[in-house]
Amino acid sequence: MTTITPDFAHSPREPALVRDNYLNHSRGFLSWALTLDHKRIGIMYLCAVLTAFFVGGMFAELVRTQLLMPNGALFHSADPNSSAVYKTYNQIFTLHGAIMIFLVLIPGIPGALGNFVLPIMLGAKDVAFPRLNLFSFYLYVTGALFAVLSIIFGAVDTGWTFYAPYSTNTETAVSWMVFGVFILGFSSILTGMNFIVTIHKLRPPGMTWFRMPLFLWAVYATSIIQVLATPVLGITLLLLMMERLLHVGIFNSAYGGDPVLFQHFFWFYSHPAVYIMILPAMGIMSEVIGTFSRKHVFGYRFVALSSIAIAVIGFLVWGHHMFPNGQSTMLGTIFSFLTMTVAIPSAIKVWNWLATMYRGSIELATPMCYAISFMFLFTIGGLTGVFLGTLSVDVHLHDTYFVVAHFHYVMFGGTLIGFLAGIYYWWPKITGKMYNETLGKLGCLLIFIGFNTTFLPQFVMGSQGMPRRYATYQAMYQPYHVMSTIGAYIQLVGFIIAAITLLQSLLKGKTAPANPWGSATLEWSCTSPPPHDNFKTTPTVGDPYDHSNLVWDDKIEGYVRDNTLAEPYTTTTHIPKQPAGH
Amino acid sequence: MTTITTEPASHGDDHGHDHPKFLAHHFETPQQQFDSGKLGIWLFLTTEILLFSGLFCAYSVYRANHPEIFAYAHLYLNKWYGALNTIVLIFSSFTMAWGVRASQLGQKKLCVGLLGITFACGIVFMCVKAVEYHDKWREQILPPGPHSDWYNPPKGPEEPKENALEAKISADETARNKVAGEAALAGSSTPAASSAPAAPIIFTGPTTRLASDGVLVEQSAVPKAQIGPTGIDSTWNREHAPNSAALGGSSAEHVGPEPYNTHIFFSIYFLMTGLHGLHVLAGMSLIAWVMYRTHRGDFSPAYFSPVDFVGLYWHIVDLIWIFLFPLLYLIGNSQ
Repeated sequence: MTTITPDFAHSPREPALVRDNYLNHSRGFLSWALTLDHKRIGIMYLCAVLTAFFVGGMFAELVRTQLLMPNGALFHSADPNSSAVYKTYNQIFTLHGAIMIFLVLIPGIPGALGNFVLPIMLGAKDVAFPRLNLFSFYLYVTGALFAVLSIIFGAVDTGWTFYAPYSTNTETAVSWMVFGVFILGFSSILTGMNFIVTIHKLRPPGMTWFRMPLFLWAVYATSIIQVLATPVLGITLLLLMMERLLHVGIFNSAYGGDPVLFQHFFWFYSHPAVYIMILPAMGIMSEVIGTFSRKHVFGYRFVALSSIAIAVIGFLVWGHHMFPNGQSTMLGTIFSFLTMTVAIPSAIKVWNWLATMYRGSIELATPMCYAISFMFLFTIGGLTGVFLGTLSVDVHLHDTYFVVAHFHYVMFGGTLIGFLAGIYYWWPKITGKMYNETLGKLGCLLIFIGFNTTFLPQFVMGSQGMPRRYATYQAMYQPYHVMSTIGAYIQLVGFIIAAITLLQSLLKGKTAPANPWGSATLEWSCTSPPPHDNFKTTPTVGDPYDHSNLVWDDKIEGYVRDNTLAEPYTTTTHIPKQPAGH
Repeated sequence: MTTITTEPASHGDDHGHDHPKFLAHHFETPQQQFDSGKLGIWLFLTTEILLFSGLFCAYSVYRANHPEIFAYAHLYLNKWYGALNTIVLIFSSFTMAWGVRASQLGQKKLCVGLLGITFACGIVFMCVKAVEYHDKWREQILPPGPHSDWYNPPKGPEEPKENALEAKISADETARNKVAGEAALAGSSTPAASSAPAAPIIFTGPTTRLASDGVLVEQSAVPKAQIGPTGIDSTWNREHAPNSAALGGSSAEHVGPEPYNTHIFFSIYFLMTGLHGLHVLAGMSLIAWVMYRTHRGDFSPAYFSPVDFVGLYWHIVDLIWIFLFPLLYLIGNSQ
C-alpha cells in the first residue's frame, strides 16, 4: 500500500463522536458560552447570522407581498393621504436592509466561516486574540439586541442609510437602532484586527505571503477595510445620536448643520463596507472553483493582489452614491472615473476563475453549483454597477429599482451565494457529516431561478422609472412587480430546501472523511470535525492549489495524499511539456 | 506508515512541554506573542485615529465654510487652561514612557510610582476640563440641547386630527409657544407664561462678555430675545461689537459682530473634547489596571507587554489632545 493516511489517532472511518474533536471536547452551556475556541465561536456566529438572515428574509417577503398590487396588497388605505401605509412599509424595508447588511452580510463570512477556517488554513492553533474573538461575538449579539429593541420602541422608517434631516427629526427609535449598529461596528473592527494579526504573525514556517490560500488574501483585504472604515461609521452614528439628543447642529440644517455632510461621512464607510461584504465571498470562490476544477487557480498573484486593489480603491469612490445630491460636477466626474477603475480588479478575478475552470476536470458538487451561480450573478451585478457609475446615466437611474436590482445581484447573488457555497464546501469539515447532493443541488437551482425571477424584472422597471422605497406605484409597473414577487416565493422554497439539506445531514448524514473534495489547503489535512487544537504538530506547507498527489480512496470515500506521486509544484500550473520542435 | 502521535488532543494541565506562565497556548514563542500584541495595539490605535478623524473633518468643513464663527467663538475659551492641560498630558506621556522602561528593566517600585504619577496627571487633566465645562455651563454656552425648540419650521398642511381632544392639544401647544415667545421678548415672566406649563428652554447664548478691565459683565442690556438662531440680538451686538482686547486678545481690533450659528463652534468643541475626555478616562482605567498587575508582580523583563501597550494607548490620547489644543484654542485672528 502506497497511500499514506493523514494523521489520525484512530481509524478514519470511525464515527466522529468516538474521536475526540472540538464538538465533544467539553460539554455544557458554559463551555460554549465562554469558549475561546475559534471553531465554536464560528459556529455560534453561523447560528446567529442564519437566524438574522431568516428574520431579514421574512421582512423581504413582506416587502414583496405588499408590492403585488399598485395600491399595496398588505398595507393599504382608502384615504390616499394616509401616512400609515407608508410609515409601516418604510419600517419594513428599513429593517430588511439594516438586518441584512449589518447582521448578515458584513459579519457573515468573516465571523462564521473566517473564524472557523482561517486558523486551520494557517496551520495555527487559534486566532491571535481568542478572548477578543469571543468579545467580538458578544458585541454582535448586543448590537443585534439593540437593533431588535428598536422595533419594539417605535421602529425606524428612515431606510438603512439614515439620511439627515429625516433621521435627525423623526421618532426616537432611530437612536436605538443607530446605537445597535454602533456596537456592531466594534464587533467588526475587533474581528478585522484579530485576522490581520493572525495572518501576519501566525503563519507556519514555509507559508510565505504568496503561498497563502486565496481565501486568506481575501479575508486579509476585508480585515483592512474593516479596521480602517468602520471607525468612521462609528463617529458618524455617534454624531447622529448627538444631533438627535443634543441638537449639536452638525447634520440638521435647522441648527446650522449640513445634511450632505452626513451623506459624505456615511458613504465613506458604507462604500468600503460593500467590499467587506464581497471580498470574502470572492475568496471562497477561489477555493471552491480551484478545488472542483482540480486545477491550480489561474493567475494566483493577480487574484491575490486584486483583493488588495479592491480594498484600496474602494475607499476612493464613495461619492458615486451621491451624484445627484448637490456635489460639484467636477467631483462627480472624479468619482465616476474612480468607480470605473474599481471594476477592473473585480473583473480580473472573474476572468481568472473562468480560466481556472477552462480545461479543468469539473465536478458539479453543490458548492460548485453555487460557485457557478456566483460567477453569473456577480457578473450581471458588476456590469450593471458600471451603468450606475456612469455619471450621466446615474442621474436617470438614481433611486430607482435599477439600483435595487444592482445591489441585490452583487450582495445577494454575490455575497450570499458565496456564503452558501462556503457553507456547503466546509460543512463536512465543520460537522463531520456529508449531505444529500441531489437535495443540495435542487436548493441551489431553485434559489438561482427564484433570484433571477425576482431581480431581473427590477432592472427593466427601474430603467422605466419605478422609484425605490415606494409602497405604492403606478399600474404600469405591476407585471414586473408580480413577476418579482413570484420569484421571491420561489426563493423561499429554495432556501427551505437548502436548509433541509443541511439539517438532514446533521441527523442522518454519512460520516465525512478528512478530505471529501480533494483540496490541497491545510484545513483538509486534519480530521472532520477538527480536534480541539487543530493540529497536533505544525503541518508542512506546500502549494495550496496543487492537487497532483491527492488520490481518491474508495474505502473512506475521500481523498488522501500520496507522497509517492510527483513532487508538488510550487508556482505555476502543471502544463505537460510539449515535444521539442513545437 | 507514518508515526501516529499519541498526545491527547486537549492540553490540560499536563503540559507536554515547558513554557512560561505568561505564554498563551496558541502562540509558539513569547516573541511571537509580543509581536502579535504589538501589531494588534497599533491597529487599534489606527482605529482610534480614524474615529476622531470624522470630528476633525467636521471641524475642517465648518471652519472652512464659516471662519467668522471660529474666529469669534474661540475667544470664549480660556487658552491658559488649554495650555495647562497640554503641559500636563505631555508630562504624563513622559512619565508613562519612563514607566514602560522601568517595567522593561524589572524595576517594580519605580514603575508603580511612575504609573501612579501618570494616573495623577490624568486626574489633573480631567479636573481642569471640569472647570472649563463648568464655566461654559454657567454661561449657558452649550449646544442647543434636548429641549431646544427655537426653530419652528413653517408648518405644512396639517393632518386632520383624529378627534377633538387631539385638535385641542395641538391648538393649546400653538398658543403656549406663542405666549412663551412673547414672555421671552418682554424679558420677564408674565403671569400668563408662569401659569402655562413650562415653556421650552430657549438657547440664549453667552450672557456675559469681558469688559476692558477683565471683569465679566452681564449683557443685561441685551434682551433675551429669540432673534436669530443663536438667540443673541445681533442688532445690539453690531452696535456694541466687542474688540478682541476686551475678550482677552492681544490687539484692539474689532472682532466683529457675533455671527449666526455660533453654537456650532461649541458643539464641535464639546464633541471633540468630550470624546477625548472619555478616552482619557479609559486610559486612566487601563493605567490603574496595569499598576495593579505590576504591583502584583505579573511583569518581568521577559514579559511587560501590557505596560508597553497601555503606554502606546496613552501616547495616542496625548497626541490627539496636541492636535485639539491649537485647533480649538489657538485660532488666530487673521481670518
